Amino acid sequence: MTMAMVLDHLLIVVLAVLCTIVVGVPLGICAYRFPLVRKPILWAVEVLQTIPVLALLGIIMVFLGGGKPTVILGLLLYSLLPVVLNTYVGLSEVDPVLKEVSTGMGMTRFNRLRLVELPLAFPLIFTGIRIATVTAIGVAVFAASVGGGGLGGIITRGIKTGNMPQIIGGTLVLMAMAVVFDMGMAWIEKRMKQQHMKRSTPEQQKGMEEI
Amino acid sequence: MIRFEHVRKSYGDKQVLKGISFHIAEGELAVLIGPSGCGKTTTLKTINRLIEPDEGRVYIGNEDIAQTDPVQLRRSIGYVIQQIGLFPNMNVEQNICVVPHLLKYEKRKMRERAHELLEMVGMPYDEYARKYPHELSGGQQQRIGVLRALAASPPVVLMDEPFGALDPVTRATLQDEVRSLQKKLNKTIVFVTHDMDEALNMADKIIFMDAGEIVQMAPPGEMLEHPASDLIRSFMGKRSIAEQATPQTAADFLRQNVITTYTDARIRESVELMARRNVDTLVVMNRDQTYAGIVSIADIDRLEKGSTMQTVAPLLRQSNPVSYLDEDAHVCFEKLLSGNANYVVVLRRDNTLAGIVTKTSIAKALADAVWGDAV
Repeated sequence: MTMAMVLDHLLIVVLAVLCTIVVGVPLGICAYRFPLVRKPILWAVEVLQTIPVLALLGIIMVFLGGGKPTVILGLLLYSLLPVVLNTYVGLSEVDPVLKEVSTGMGMTRFNRLRLVELPLAFPLIFTGIRIATVTAIGVAVFAASVGGGGLGGIITRGIKTGNMPQIIGGTLVLMAMAVVFDMGMAWIEKRMKQQHMKRSTPEQQKGMEEI
Repeated sequence: MIRFEHVRKSYGDKQVLKGISFHIAEGELAVLIGPSGCGKTTTLKTINRLIEPDEGRVYIGNEDIAQTDPVQLRRSIGYVIQQIGLFPNMNVEQNICVVPHLLKYEKRKMRERAHELLEMVGMPYDEYARKYPHELSGGQQQRIGVLRALAASPPVVLMDEPFGALDPVTRATLQDEVRSLQKKLNKTIVFVTHDMDEALNMADKIIFMDAGEIVQMAPPGEMLEHPASDLIRSFMGKRSIAEQATPQTAADFLRQNVITTYTDARIRESVELMARRNVDTLVVMNRDQTYAGIVSIADIDRLEKGSTMQTVAPLLRQSNPVSYLDEDAHVCFEKLLSGNANYVVVLRRDNTLAGIVTKTSIAKALADAVWGDAV
């Protein structure tokens, strides 16, 4: 196990999460903005999560072949749910009075989204991102199975050779990584919410805490 | 400035506006008032096209607003609502500058504008500009709500029960502030309320609505004097009567059942009278009904035992304040409040006794004026 492998794993996770945000937040916005596609979107991201990761990666590999793109796409699809759902819920729960007054003052739908709704929904969206990140760290272990690299390789090799210290070592590093990310992001989130809590109605604080 | 022509609006079978027409002149503060569900808020929201009428036209200036871009239209109309609706993610300055920001003002110009507006309501820029809405009191929040509506200098401002959620003292202050801002900046304001006091206090013109129709449209004074229907009269309560009979002179506060005696009354009788009527002074008159003075139980008590004094005449005091029926009520109050007397003796111009004014009779007369005769 080398530092390079740890960094490789991190790279996969970070890239996957960034992609999840880029895809998930707009999907959440669409679900909020267009009632017609709301159900299909929410249904699709939920179904994606029920597919076993290994199977999902296998299917993608058929089209994209082995390697990092396959892993990142797999992780992206697998992590969409918390980001999409929290974006949708966060936007929906912005005080209707603020929505009406925004419009009444002459904001376009886009103005309103950018200046009012997204900023107010952000703490909840961030919670979704944190959940997605922590999940991705664990799930990225399967990257090794499709030639994506990362820490998964160590564990797989450890299992094959019956090398218990290697398995435990790899696992501990993964766990440490997950804990550090989770705690760090939870801390940021808490700070954000403390600020936000004071500013907004309590109803806006619920949403998907854990899945 | 704002003109409605036969505007109709229905939701399903329910007609909310039954073809209303009215005109509000430039620089006028028009108050829309009426029972809940009368269509006043619908009328207001028709002006900034949050609600589109089914029939009829609405003009601002000479422009039919149905032909305008709603977003541009709304940016040229200030909007203040009861729930205030400041954006919690923005500080005071950013809240004030929402519309200037949408209109892409320069940064420096926005700052100047925020500065100028905050100073106008006595909230120093340096102290308040960086605060967030949750750090302000309700009254301060709504002040910012009003400033936000004024920020881009719109000629027309809509206010939907803006002070309904505030305590009475704050509400009164804000009413005055809005009134003076409106006069200073020459804004045309359309103001919705269900509070007749607020309407009378603020309006140049009151538009009274009921069940989607305009019942009466008149300046406050005229509506007070000639309410067009019983509903309007009941909305104004006793106020119309009270307003006409504003207490002006000592006569308005007079208490007439005064316990009196005459200068030649015997001391013993007088003491008995005081005991029976539970008072400690008597107003004393000469036999020709003119005022002579007052006599108090304290002075009688001070008499030495075995005094040969027969009548109250030697004990009379003239130090008690005296007023006349037609004297200004204010002067009469001053006499009562400045001395330590319990009442002011009120005389007719020929010095005969008319009655007295006590602190209680003042309170009662004022209560009548405020709440009607029921008190």
